[in-house]
Amino acid sequence: MPTDLQLADSAWTDAAIKFGNSAGAIAGFLGILLAVFFAAGRAGGRFTRPLAIAVMLGPAVLLLVVGLVVPLVRTVFLSLHNDDSTRFVGGRNYGWALTTSNIQDVLLTTLLWLLVAPLVATGLGLVLALLVDRMKGQAVYKALLFMPMAISLVGASIIWKFVYEARDPSQPQVGLLSRLAIGLGWHHPPNWILSQPLNTFLLMVVMVWVQTGFAMVVLSAAIKAIPDEITEAARLDGASGFRLFRSVTVPMIRTTVVVVLTTVMITTLKAFDIVRTMTGGNFGTQVLANEMYSQSFVQSNYGRGSALAVILFLAVMPLVAYNILQLRKERAVR
Amino acid sequence: MSDVRESEAPVAVAPVTTAKAVRKSFSSPIASALVIAVTVLWTIPTLGLLVTSLRPKEDVASSGWWEAFVHPDLGLGNYHAVLFEGGFGNSAGLLPFLVNSLAISVPATVFPLVLAAMAAYALAWVRFRGSDTVFFVIFALQVVPLQMALIPLLQLFSGGAHIGSVEIIPALDLKGTYAPVWLAHTMFALPLAIFLLHNFIAQLPRDLMEAAIVDGASHFKIFRSIVLPLCAPALASFAIFQFLWVWNDLLVALTFAGGTPEVAPMTARLAQMAGSTGQRWELLTAGAFLSLIVPLAVFFALQRYFVRGLLAGSVKG
Repeated sequence: MPTDLQLADSAWTDAAIKFGNSAGAIAGFLGILLAVFFAAGRAGGRFTRPLAIAVMLGPAVLLLVVGLVVPLVRTVFLSLHNDDSTRFVGGRNYGWALTTSNIQDVLLTTLLWLLVAPLVATGLGLVLALLVDRMKGQAVYKALLFMPMAISLVGASIIWKFVYEARDPSQPQVGLLSRLAIGLGWHHPPNWILSQPLNTFLLMVVMVWVQTGFAMVVLSAAIKAIPDEITEAARLDGASGFRLFRSVTVPMIRTTVVVVLTTVMITTLKAFDIVRTMTGGNFGTQVLANEMYSQSFVQSNYGRGSALAVILFLAVMPLVAYNILQLRKERAVR
Repeated sequence: MSDVRESEAPVAVAPVTTAKAVRKSFSSPIASALVIAVTVLWTIPTLGLLVTSLRPKEDVASSGWWEAFVHPDLGLGNYHAVLFEGGFGNSAGLLPFLVNSLAISVPATVFPLVLAAMAAYALAWVRFRGSDTVFFVIFALQVVPLQMALIPLLQLFSGGAHIGSVEIIPALDLKGTYAPVWLAHTMFALPLAIFLLHNFIAQLPRDLMEAAIVDGASHFKIFRSIVLPLCAPALASFAIFQFLWVWNDLLVALTFAGGTPEVAPMTARLAQMAGSTGQRWELLTAGAFLSLIVPLAVFFALQRYFVRGLLAGSVKG
């Protein structure tokens, strides 16, 4: 068909222009840097050092101030104002978030996510790390279990949305879960995505699916790092099996377990992709990060959206702070 | 069978045998079977997506993907359809969005990588009064979730910045270009990138740096000819991490690129398609698999760098 061909033709032209823009931007960026480096490198005398600092540190600091520091202050400012930012309202947006019943539900669902998904992912990851530790060909299992971590949460959500696809029981099922349920003798399985509160847990499965491999790989590395002398000594003292695990392995990897747990918690708190892709926040599945997006960018309620962002910030901050301090401490020990 | 004999062995035998028994108990057939079962369970959903994307439209609508193993009839027709034909309330196929994903991800990896390497070098080797403070502030900025910056940054890009009625930054007409997305990704990547690269660059041998300075090399020369080549592994790890982060991102894309074929990446379009009511699973699965190919290829080809980068970057956002 000629129209089809024309369409394809214009699509390739469009692609060429876009890649041109993108390559041009990189070339321009590197070109400017090289020119500045060349010019600044020729300057001599007492300006050498200040110039080097300004040229090398300046752009990053400028971007951080404009892109993070000022917005951080501004978001707090916006959260204390009404939705079109014309009037100071004090803590009213926070009061709204904590007292409106549907936002309370959102916060409770988020809390449920925060408690369930990270614990299941870390627990399962720990069990797998212990089991896989002495297996032959463990690299293959690890790679396959870790694979979901590589793909986007949008992709993962589509994969699982298809698993949860439900048809009327009179028709052939195309979703794996419905087919399995019917195969196991449940003649009228529900429409999974619509049934509350089951659907929230089904969405959590996606997060667990993504994060378990991560937990396993990190914990497996920690288990391998336990010095052989310690395990040998414990064995000489007669510890074996579960006792060895409880009294030697667990204490030796406790820090790593906590870091993995908090890391998954951070991801869980901030992820809005799963809920957005699978239910759009409907059917009682809404979480804080997606509500923040909807309030801010769908309904343009900048005051309320900012207040939710600040709440998210306050929830995430201690977890991240703990994590980066812990990672730094480990590095210092090494 | 050897495990039967071992379970009959007395408890207090030589320690070597005990150690072997412990090893055995962890590598028992049950343990292996469990791991294999979980691995299969973990892989099936992705397999279902791949198989569905290769089946003809009629089959996808009328039977489950597992039927394809009984009646195989596979082809690439869905990929052609989803790339070049419209649908889901948009006249463009997925191709422009695929192009956008690449055109966004590459610069959004190069910009923060170069800027962060420069800043990390300056903080580590061109020390000045207050450089520790600057480093600490950047380090601490890692705790800020990007949700905290979205609204003000969007307002800045569309309306400029004012103090009272004095315009500091003019309203930039960037709508319909990649610039806001590139800029936002660059800004959000910097704290982690500077922190990681600083750790690496600060550990370069002092003698080497001092020798270069004695030879009269400027900081720019040292940066280009000593620092960049020596920290190639760290740069590679971060580049892979950042590329995949941008490729997989939905939040920044939706906020700064919207959902139009001019600038929006695959993730934004796929989320839209998944949310629409039409049940065109053959197209949605093909589209989703297209977006997975790049990360999966990177993952299987560069696994070592990939895992290292992900571990380091796991607190980002």
